[in-house]
Amino acid sequence: MYRYAKLRNRVTRTFGMGADEVAADPFIADLVAALSPDRVKSDGAHRALLSHDASVFDGGNSGPVVFPETTAEVAAVMAAAQTHGRNVVPRGAGTGLAGGAIPLGVPVVVAVTKMDEIHEIDTDNGIAWVGPGVVNLDLTKRLGPLGYHFAPDPSSQQVCTIGGNVANNSGGPHCLAYGVTNAHILAMEVVLPSGEVVMLGGLDAEPAGYDLRGAFVGSEGTLGITTKIAVRITKNRPEVRTLLLSFDSVTDAANTVSGVIAAGIVPAAMEVMDQRITVAVENYVNAGYPRDAAAVLLAEVDGLAAGVDLDAERIAEIGRENGATNVKLAGSDEERALLWKGRKTAFGAIAQLAPDYYLHDTVVPRSKLAEVLQQTYDIAERHDLVIMNVFHAGDGNLHPLILFDARDEGVLERVHAAGAEIITASLDAGGVLSGEHGIGVEKQKFMDRMFSSDDLDHQNRLRQAFDPGCRTNPGKVIPTGHSCADIQSLRSIPKEVWA
Amino acid sequence: MTAAATALATDDPVLLAFAEEVGSEGPVAVAGGRTRWATGGTLTEGTRLIAAPTGIVEHLPDEMTVTVRAGTSVAELHAALAAAGQRTALPDRGGTIGGALAVGENDLRALGRERVRTALLQVRYVSAEGRIVASGGPTVKNVSGFDLPRLMVGSLGTLGVLAEVILRTNPIPPVSRWLAAEGAHPRDVLEATLAPSAVLTDGTTVWVELEGHAADVDAEVARLGTVGSFAEVDGMPDLPVHRWSLTPAEVLALHEGGSPHDTGAFVGAAGLGLVWGSTPQPARPLDPTVAMLSERLKQNFDPTGRLNPGRMPGGA
Ligand SMILES: Cc1cc2nc3c(=O)[nH]c(=O)nc-3n(C[C@H](O)[C@H](O)[C@H](O)COP(=O)(O)OP(=O)(O)OC[C@H]3O[C@@H](n4cnc5c(N)ncnc54)[C@H](O)[C@@H]3O)c2cc1C
Repeated sequence: MYRYAKLRNRVTRTFGMGADEVAADPFIADLVAALSPDRVKSDGAHRALLSHDASVFDGGNSGPVVFPETTAEVAAVMAAAQTHGRNVVPRGAGTGLAGGAIPLGVPVVVAVTKMDEIHEIDTDNGIAWVGPGVVNLDLTKRLGPLGYHFAPDPSSQQVCTIGGNVANNSGGPHCLAYGVTNAHILAMEVVLPSGEVVMLGGLDAEPAGYDLRGAFVGSEGTLGITTKIAVRITKNRPEVRTLLLSFDSVTDAANTVSGVIAAGIVPAAMEVMDQRITVAVENYVNAGYPRDAAAVLLAEVDGLAAGVDLDAERIAEIGRENGATNVKLAGSDEERALLWKGRKTAFGAIAQLAPDYYLHDTVVPRSKLAEVLQQTYDIAERHDLVIMNVFHAGDGNLHPLILFDARDEGVLERVHAAGAEIITASLDAGGVLSGEHGIGVEKQKFMDRMFSSDDLDHQNRLRQAFDPGCRTNPGKVIPTGHSCADIQSLRSIPKEVWA
Repeated sequence: MTAAATALATDDPVLLAFAEEVGSEGPVAVAGGRTRWATGGTLTEGTRLIAAPTGIVEHLPDEMTVTVRAGTSVAELHAALAAAGQRTALPDRGGTIGGALAVGENDLRALGRERVRTALLQVRYVSAEGRIVASGGPTVKNVSGFDLPRLMVGSLGTLGVLAEVILRTNPIPPVSRWLAAEGAHPRDVLEATLAPSAVLTDGTTVWVELEGHAADVDAEVARLGTVGSFAEVDGMPDLPVHRWSLTPAEVLALHEGGSPHDTGAFVGAAGLGLVWGSTPQPARPLDPTVAMLSERLKQNFDPTGRLNPGRMPGGA
């Protein structure tokens, strides 16, 4: 639904490229030879659709789009791109929020969604081998009957792919206790920009050599395309306790979060929602959230019976010490599911309120949560915008959400100005640019606020070891002037031109 | 006024002096605790040896982070953290923080303590050019830019000289107990328990470390009783001297006596794959494409090959 809202005005946009030109393009001829004609798309509609992802950014310009089914096909596409000096952009479900999958430089877009096979579930090694196009939640559903799940659970898990999770090192509510994607990836088959196929990492405890696996996770599609992934599978916890704590102020909720961690409890999840969000959610799905609380904290502990009871009790106590006006323990699985439904449909609820929203993503030290949250409200007010907060409080990961209608004159400028101030406030509080969405094109221009030119130069050295020609997802992550690719020229290519 | 300092910039005189000491010319290596001196090859003769700066800079228990300089001993750090009820993933086996990260070896109980490679949040290292480079960030969650901290763990200081790091800390569970039984199967133990911190086998005896709330550990002990006659023991067994990296499935095969790996007498960590054997693990040559990428990385980060010369991760 979100993507539809974002794209509704865009899918009809076409590019001025005739069929003859496509036929005459030797690159496309090579792609067709490597795959099959029906899996190489160069029509305007496909190219327009895949010129966007779920971010608010425009300016993408896709070349041909390919849908490989095997590693060999991906390698052939990479090799063809190398031969023809063309750029490549890997793509999963396109739910990225930082513009990572937006094609710059008229690249071939390699959509791996057809590589969606769960190859093997190997409980002796505690892993599953999956294709990059496997949808996150589909893996967890498959593992359920065996008593396992895939721990990273982005709110987009019904659609996003595991390849995308790897590329963005994605998180989710339950990554507080279980760690983000990186902690759950043991090995990966990768097609390098040269077309060579390589295995990074391994199933053994300490694979020899540099941790290239670790360097690849979170590289936002700039180091190659992953075609097969060994993910750690996590045992389901027999007991779960889910609490909903209500507060008169967001500050009290934030202080409770710090208090819980300080007490030596690492819950499975701690999510905070402010009043605007809870009201929107109530109107949308009736999850049982209080409409009159300034903020609610959804806290979950899991494990064995005795321990979860102790921890749940202690969390309730810490909440009360910090002014909780109400503490509710989900009494049944249904009630628990409903509380989570509210959290997980927050974005759907928002879509009912305004045609467009911009979801930000920064992290601050937990002790600064309350202070920075207040700043986000002040910033929004200064820019005459509506802002809501629903976020992974347990790890300090803020998600200020700005609602707007893109048809309003000048609103985008205000949205971006407010976003920049939120980033500044987060960095000033000792935080970082992104907790899970990545840099993409969204935060490139802020990278030199966090990193010196030496720091950025070293990131680029990693990039160039994998992709000396800077042809894989060019124009992302590292800002102009520090990157191997000249981003300016990538952006200024007229839309009508192939390359 | 000069350009505003970037968020990860440092003006700590100790780090600046260290950068100067590393300098930009001539072969240089850090001597930590020398507990893993032979890892990755033999240091080229004539290499200047220096020591990394020391000291715990800041422990923030409610952020679950600690900032510590690379020359600090793991023992000192863990003693300080324990006073606040926390610990890190680094193994308690002597040596320094920088050494432990550069070697990247995990605690045998990594199931319960996370892996070293995920514990490093932020790194400040001195580059081959003598510059201080920062990567990662101070918060427990962060995806800002390329993940150089991951690359630094296990890099043997061949890409940069570790100066100061921020590590994730974890609460020390209220209770920790070791139990052992002869004749139990580690697979059964892993299936019967929810989250053991370690399951070790020497082919005859299985040792299990359980951590958590006392009542939870009691419940786990009761479940252990269904797969063997476990009795309380003081701790883990003595370990043979040679470290092996195998897959978790290969440890199960070792236990069953059907393994092609000639470890000699062994203690292996089920669910993890670490093994200590009485014979050394044969060399594990890198795949040629991995080796090519590794050489390019080394070339890009240290063009003159001055950092820890003679050594390379995965080297002899
Ligand atoms: C409603 C909503 C909620 C969200 N909630 C969360 C959340 O809770 N936590 C979170 O972390 N994120 C969240 N996201 C962001 C997004 O869903 C994640 O980043 C997700 O992992 C992206 O997966 P994807 O398949 O859509 O990747 P895409 O958007 O298609 O691509 C993302 C990046 O990955 C690269 N890529 C994709 N496949 C490959 C591959 N096989 N090899 C190499 N590179 C590849 C692309 O080039 C691009 O840079 C949310 C997004 C939405 C719309």
